[in-house]
Amino acid sequence: MTVAQQTPAITTRSTATPPRRNGRWSGYWHLLMARMLELKREPEVVFWVFAFPLLLAVGLGIAFRNKPADAVSVAIVDPAGNLQVMLANSPQHDLFRPHVLPQQEAETGFRLGKYDLVVASDGKGGFAYRYDPARPESVLAKTEVNDALQAAAGRKDAVATTATASSEPGSRYIDFLIPGLLGMNLMNSGMWGIGFALVDMRQRKLLKRFIGTPMRRGDFLLAIMTSRLVLMVLEVGLLLVFGILLFHMRVLGSLAAIALIAGLGSLTFGGIGLLTASRAQKIESISGLINLVMMPMWIFSGVFFSYERFPAVIHPLIKALPLTALNDALRACILEGTPILHQWPRLLVMILWGGISFVLALKWFRWT
Amino acid sequence: MAAAIQCRDLRKTYDSKVEAVRGLNLEIQAGECFGLLGPNGAGKTTTIEILEGLLAPTSGEVFIFGHTWHENEREMREWLGISLQETRLSEKLSVRETIELFASFYREPRSSDEVLEELQLTEKADAWVGKLSGGQRQRLAVATALVCNPKILFLDEPTTGLDPQSRRQLWDIIRQFQQDGGTVLLTTHYMDEAERLCDRLAIVDHGQIIAEGSPADLIERLGGHHVVEFSTSGNSDGASLQAWRGLPSVESVREDSGVIALNVKEPHLTIPALLEAVGQRGSELQHLTTRQASLEDVFVRLTGRHLRDE
Ligand SMILES: Nc1ncnc2c1ncn2[C@@H]1O[C@H](COP(=O)(O)OP(=O)(O)O)[C@@H](O)[C@H]1O
Ligand SMILES: [Mg+2]
Repeated sequence: MTVAQQTPAITTRSTATPPRRNGRWSGYWHLLMARMLELKREPEVVFWVFAFPLLLAVGLGIAFRNKPADAVSVAIVDPAGNLQVMLANSPQHDLFRPHVLPQQEAETGFRLGKYDLVVASDGKGGFAYRYDPARPESVLAKTEVNDALQAAAGRKDAVATTATASSEPGSRYIDFLIPGLLGMNLMNSGMWGIGFALVDMRQRKLLKRFIGTPMRRGDFLLAIMTSRLVLMVLEVGLLLVFGILLFHMRVLGSLAAIALIAGLGSLTFGGIGLLTASRAQKIESISGLINLVMMPMWIFSGVFFSYERFPAVIHPLIKALPLTALNDALRACILEGTPILHQWPRLLVMILWGGISFVLALKWFRWT
Repeated sequence: MAAAIQCRDLRKTYDSKVEAVRGLNLEIQAGECFGLLGPNGAGKTTTIEILEGLLAPTSGEVFIFGHTWHENEREMREWLGISLQETRLSEKLSVRETIELFASFYREPRSSDEVLEELQLTEKADAWVGKLSGGQRQRLAVATALVCNPKILFLDEPTTGLDPQSRRQLWDIIRQFQQDGGTVLLTTHYMDEAERLCDRLAIVDHGQIIAEGSPADLIERLGGHHVVEFSTSGNSDGASLQAWRGLPSVESVREDSGVIALNVKEPHLTIPALLEAVGQRGSELQHLTTRQASLEDVFVRLTGRHLRDE
């Protein structure tokens, strides 16, 4: 009954509104807008993509700030008190922060990293050093304290030298760190923003629902990649502006060059993210996979410290990692202003990783 | 004109072990509302997804208005509105944004406002999908299918888990679509839904069609017109079941946890004879009801199981 009564209404309705026609790119635009809206409305994304790198930069920036005349923290074990006097009389005395302590306490503090070095008198006029060869500051402390003590005891330098502390913008730890954080952030958001998002959509059967429509599959992937690029501009811009304002970072390379490298980096990791996500059915398995793929790069690619510390034999391998290439390219561009064309081997590494991943991903990708 | 949906000898074996669909033939005419009725695991979802071109059959052929899925998939997708059994749409998009997104994939979609109105979602147009009730979500899923102005609407268990009012709302929407000349294929394990909504239906069990026809026709052919259910004091056995079968106008007998159900053509002939027979055996009638036969009776008659056995 009700249906019969409603029928005339339907007829008027369909004549009243003329059908609308969608153009070729309508699907792409809507997919892109939907993706951007979703990202904007996801508080976790805002935190991980924008707040987290800034917090890291601030935290590490403070931990490694340039202390005035970076004082060496020395534990002294000398009941007789000779050591303190000698150290205080040495020409370099303002370099040291001496702590006179009993043996036990000095060693505990050393083990915890509170002191860089323990100096103990051996009771016969000589000294014993305890230092940790794996800690650069400990090695340095040993050399400096030894020099000071020898000088105080009357050694003469054979050659006169002077030293200048280098804390100019461009050569500090924070300058090294920020391009590394940029690279790391591009990797993280590429892998999670694409890999995780796709598997989530697959698990929710949304991908299957999409391919039940005439949606062009290429447009869908293109929209996902575009959203990544838009986000990249925001991520990189924010971190750079932050570095410049707060840490007086100097950017030598052109913005266009930085944008090009960062854009290529985000597409590379987008491609790798896509490949990682091409088959996984569950978000649990993709989380594990993403961490597995990113782990070597976290360790080797020189985000927080230079990979030069690893044995030289594995340097070629390290340099073949996409994040290493991205970090090196960003550092060379930002800190040294290296022209983009001189960086072609690094760009090639990224293009190969991204390109091959993308092609394989398209081949293996499952929509259901 | 070619049938809206046709399939021949459809088979699907998962991982070369699970035979989900075993030789299915269907022919659904334009303008029909056709139902696949069957218990969980019968192979309904597998069948409908093969017909939708989302799943490749192990063997068999599918035609949509005479075209196969290998011909021109994109063009064919313009004709179909699909609602899958379990799609979780993005929670952080609004209802309108979701409908607009799906509309954007089609050449000539309907206006979103019109679809919102038709599915009674206008009030919720700006609410996030994550904030909708189950019934509203299901209507949104159907809205994403209807926005493309489809010729065929595929609905996989559209009302499972919904409250009665939401179910009736969806039924009205489906009927209205059909009134507009659309073709509907839906799956369900609710017999009342199949009975009220479908022009024709196929009962599916273990990947095969075990009966096909209009609901009234199936009930008449297989359910008996009426069902007389009773229980007596004292145990019944196989022999007594045979005795009940011999009563006038009885078409079939079954026993279900102590209750004996007779499929009966004319209850006014059966019941007096039944009372007499009970008296002769010296046992007492403990319970007696009569009702119209339903699809449930058809299913039980065919399989010996209930549709919704867990
Ligand atoms: N992807 C799959 N892999 C393996 N087995 C499956 C898969 N999907 C469904 N099945 C099995 O196929 C049978 C039919 O399932 P389905 O078509 O979902 O039935 P229904 O929709 O009628 O409940 C079930 O036994 C189910 O376990
Ligand atoms: Mg199902």
